[in-house]
Amino acid sequence: MRLEAILEGLERREPAALARAISLVENQRDGFERVLSHVHARLRRGGTRRIGITGPPGAGKSTLTERLIQQFRSQELRVGVVAVDPTSPFTGGALLGDRIRMEAASLDPNVFIRSMATRGARGGLATTTEEVTDLLEAFGFDRILLETVGVGQTELDVARTAETTVLVLVPESGDGIQTLKAGVMEIADVYVINKSDRPGADKLRQEIEVMLGIRHGNAFRHMAPHHAPPPRAPRPADGRTGGPADRGAPPSGRPPVRPSDVWDPPVIATVASRGDGVAELAQAVDRHYAYLEAGGLLAERRRQQLAQRTRAVLERAVQHWISEATRAEELLQRRLDDVADGRRSPYDVAAEILDQVKTGALG
Amino acid sequence: MPGPKRPIRVLIAKPGLDGHDRGAKVVAAALRDAGMEVIYTGLHQTPEMIAQAAIQEDVDVIGLSILSGAHMTLFPRIRKLVDAAGRSDILVTGGGIIPPDDMDSLERQGIGKLFGPGTPTTELIAYIEEWAAEHVSA
Repeated sequence: MRLEAILEGLERREPAALARAISLVENQRDGFERVLSHVHARLRRGGTRRIGITGPPGAGKSTLTERLIQQFRSQELRVGVVAVDPTSPFTGGALLGDRIRMEAASLDPNVFIRSMATRGARGGLATTTEEVTDLLEAFGFDRILLETVGVGQTELDVARTAETTVLVLVPESGDGIQTLKAGVMEIADVYVINKSDRPGADKLRQEIEVMLGIRHGNAFRHMAPHHAPPPRAPRPADGRTGGPADRGAPPSGRPPVRPSDVWDPPVIATVASRGDGVAELAQAVDRHYAYLEAGGLLAERRRQQLAQRTRAVLERAVQHWISEATRAEELLQRRLDDVADGRRSPYDVAAEILDQVKTGALG
Repeated sequence: MPGPKRPIRVLIAKPGLDGHDRGAKVVAAALRDAGMEVIYTGLHQTPEMIAQAAIQEDVDVIGLSILSGAHMTLFPRIRKLVDAAGRSDILVTGGGIIPPDDMDSLERQGIGKLFGPGTPTTELIAYIEEWAAEHVSA
């Protein structure tokens, strides 16, 4: 399909044209930046929300995604889905199997599901996933669900792309030390304990809540102070005020009040295969979005995202220009013997190339 | 700016009612190992579901596994739905328990080469790669 035909098809809201546009962007073929530029005017106008679903392999991300599709469809919202699975580092092939779990939505014309392979990207998404969500947004989807690959601990790209990141864990996900580690445990706006009918779900919930509490400086706020003495009236006579300046234990044994403008990530128990807890999850996602909106955080985030995107496009263009419009590669090849023989260092040669590019000597 | 060679995208699906998916999984894994991106949709798919998935995923090839004997209905139906969505460029191929006469008849109806039981996976891979080299733009 030619570029014009794709653009016209997008105007007419044809799913086949959207699919072709996604491929164009995913493969970074000629004209992909024109398509993205074309749709850019339609972004951030309506109330499209991007929701990232991440978590370890087998946690139930795809099943939960299907349930969320159904939840959103029951509210008459149009839903786009990007489901990412890993590319083999050895063969370049990939098996994309997330659609199997999304069968309930497979005939709904208001649901568009696209599988993407990571193609070497390490952050849990493919390199172009963010741009693909732009295409979906411009096409008019109200909710975009972004399912990452099964992540370990540091695949965090989704948090940059989605407004709300949902981390799906299962009771077997690990002990209290896992919940204390850096990385994926820090990016979630909403925690889900899926398969919560299994043993250990309550313990995991408690550990997550303690972890969140430690981060906010009051680890045990979710738990009743079961060994604490009964609250007593403050005794002004001993000089303790209970105020912030008081270094001693708060007289009542209760944690200090936290500032109300900090988002407190909820921990939601679900059994995705039965649909339990999915409505609560959808509500929590809505609450998080409302929080972002009210605090002006959404606008700030978007500014940063746009700056980041512009930088990325610029870098790509500069790279392209250096390799296509200058003879930098030619000079590099000429100097390669020197570098290989140890007469010159790669840093030295790179500096020389850069100098010559700047002065236009390689133009 | 032409990027690196893109992988061939293939949808592997099992239409209809038979529940034997070992063959489809073997093929899916073999194509993956040959460097293709394989979208596997699992059992009991209707032709409409398969066509919609193929359109959304923008695949080059649809591979169907049919062991139920319903191939004379299912292959042409899927071909028709994909054509109706404007994607007559997608190759519809597959395999299963299909008599040679039926294979010929289906080929005349715009279905690609069909493969019987015991076909080495290398043969399918070669067929798809050759077809893609000729028909798929980089």
